[in-house]
Amino acid sequence: MKIHILRWLAGALLACVALFAQAQLSIEITGAGNQRLPVAVADFAGERVVAHALTSVVRADLERSGLFQIVDTSGAVLDESAVPNYSDWKARGADALAAGSVSVMPDGRYETRFRLHDTQKQAAIAGQGLAHNATQIRATAHRVADIIYEKLTGERGIFSTRIAYVMKSTGRYELQIADADGNGAQVALASREPIISPTWSPDGSRLAYVSFEAKKPVVYVHDLATGRRHVAANFKGSNSAPAWSPDGTRLAVVLTKNGNSQLYVVNVDGSGVTRLASSSGIDTEPQFSPDGEFIYFTSDRGGSPQIYRQPVAGGPAQRVTFEGSYNVTPRLSPDGKSLAFVTRDSGRFRVAVMGLATRQTQILTDTAKDESPSFAPNGRMILFATEVGGRGVLAAVSIDGRVKHRLSVQAADVREPAWGPFSK
Amino acid sequence: MRKSLALSSSLLTLAALVTLAGCSSQPAAPEQAGAGVEDRTPGAISATAPVMSGQGDPYAIAALKDPKSPLFKRSVYFDYDSLVVKDEFKSLLDHHAKFLVRNDQMKMLIQGHADERGSREYNLALGQKRAEAVKKALMLLGAKEAQLESVSLGEEKPACMEQAESCWAQNRRGDMLYTGEF
Repeated sequence: MKIHILRWLAGALLACVALFAQAQLSIEITGAGNQRLPVAVADFAGERVVAHALTSVVRADLERSGLFQIVDTSGAVLDESAVPNYSDWKARGADALAAGSVSVMPDGRYETRFRLHDTQKQAAIAGQGLAHNATQIRATAHRVADIIYEKLTGERGIFSTRIAYVMKSTGRYELQIADADGNGAQVALASREPIISPTWSPDGSRLAYVSFEAKKPVVYVHDLATGRRHVAANFKGSNSAPAWSPDGTRLAVVLTKNGNSQLYVVNVDGSGVTRLASSSGIDTEPQFSPDGEFIYFTSDRGGSPQIYRQPVAGGPAQRVTFEGSYNVTPRLSPDGKSLAFVTRDSGRFRVAVMGLATRQTQILTDTAKDESPSFAPNGRMILFATEVGGRGVLAAVSIDGRVKHRLSVQAADVREPAWGPFSK
Repeated sequence: MRKSLALSSSLLTLAALVTLAGCSSQPAAPEQAGAGVEDRTPGAISATAPVMSGQGDPYAIAALKDPKSPLFKRSVYFDYDSLVVKDEFKSLLDHHAKFLVRNDQMKMLIQGHADERGSREYNLALGQKRAEAVKKALMLLGAKEAQLESVSLGEEKPACMEQAESCWAQNRRGDMLYTGEF
């Protein structure tokens, strides 16, 4: 066993090296909101020391959100202490303007300072200084974009978050972690056998997933900082579909130790297994509601796969989806008010979202093989897997269905996405 | 006398070597080999796998590797949305149940599969139902529960990759693997 793990680790290291060369996820924007706020991001003074890598990332982040239209700055350089010519920027069409600087500090690290201006109010509305080193330029740019996004929209930005997904090339499966824009991918686990259902712990430090390396599905919990992992569920039969409790201490899992797939809860260390629900058919794909009170899951107890919910403390299950004969993979929005899921309609599998108060359902995509929806931590976007041109890709769609982008890689299938929590 | 003993022992060694070679040239299991489903041609004999055993007792362990033995076949196929073990597979399951009764030290891993359409986790549960149906049939025929483990590989290990019903049908199956094969 130990040797096996070492071999995987060695494989993972090798893969890391190769990854940056050939398997970079590329991003393509395929839809934008219809009312976008025009924002100008001037080049930051002194930014040449970081090869202008900073403001280009800020602009790309804001543009990808679909909520902003990036105003051309024609190479204008503006530092954070300058008072901009507001009427000039307003004439260029910018409602907001970001300006800043990058400087080298005495200890060799960098300091990025910026200020956000409202050209209508003719005033600075936000500003911050961020110390960082040379390897944190993109991370710093994402922080700057998050601050701008939050100031202008009133909700937290997700540019500094990470995503997990599985990349499959011939005979090889890699569990990878990348920035939300697909950059900086790292391999957490490489295996010859499938890996599915990765899911982030609420604090973002660990992933639970299902690996088939033992010729059967087994649930693991993997610490990302140390690379250490442990078995969380390996009972007789299949072990799958892990879901973290909101406090991060327990996992809902699907076990088949008594026959068909049924819902259980275990402590994260694998101890204390208890039954959560029971039916004579399939119960699977559990997810806790954000308040921890309900478990949502897929069940065929009514004859076709539909979404149900049941109080964690016990009580009868209630059916949640009624339209159509195939509704699976329930995923609650972070505020607990809406439910994303996959619905089949005329043989097409698409991501839909339902308001839990109104029970109104909207289909968000026009693709045909959507799977594994996953909410961004601010609830604005849903990341999912689909197929384009016979290849597995990741796609993101806003909860109103307007903003769309796609993450893909040459010569490999990407699947099983999971959007991580806000970084600390 | 001495010479003939030496000869027979070297013959034995040779036989053992040939048997071993035969073993290692067998795929561990139809689907572990990646591409393959089993050869469904009745009585097909692999040219590289000499038949060395299984001539006497049809339920000897060596029969598992004998392409002539019914035990060589390991897959049960299901209709769409059905868990009924079709008549055409009943004698196959009967042979495997008899083998398990005869060799109660042997264990079997039953891997259920599903076609690729829809959710991976739901397909894992569908594959589990198929594995469970095979397990129950074997138990009714006398195999002990302690010998059997039913698991699912869901849609993760398709025998066939095209998007057509003929292909999906090959992926709706249960595969039987014995001790040493998983």
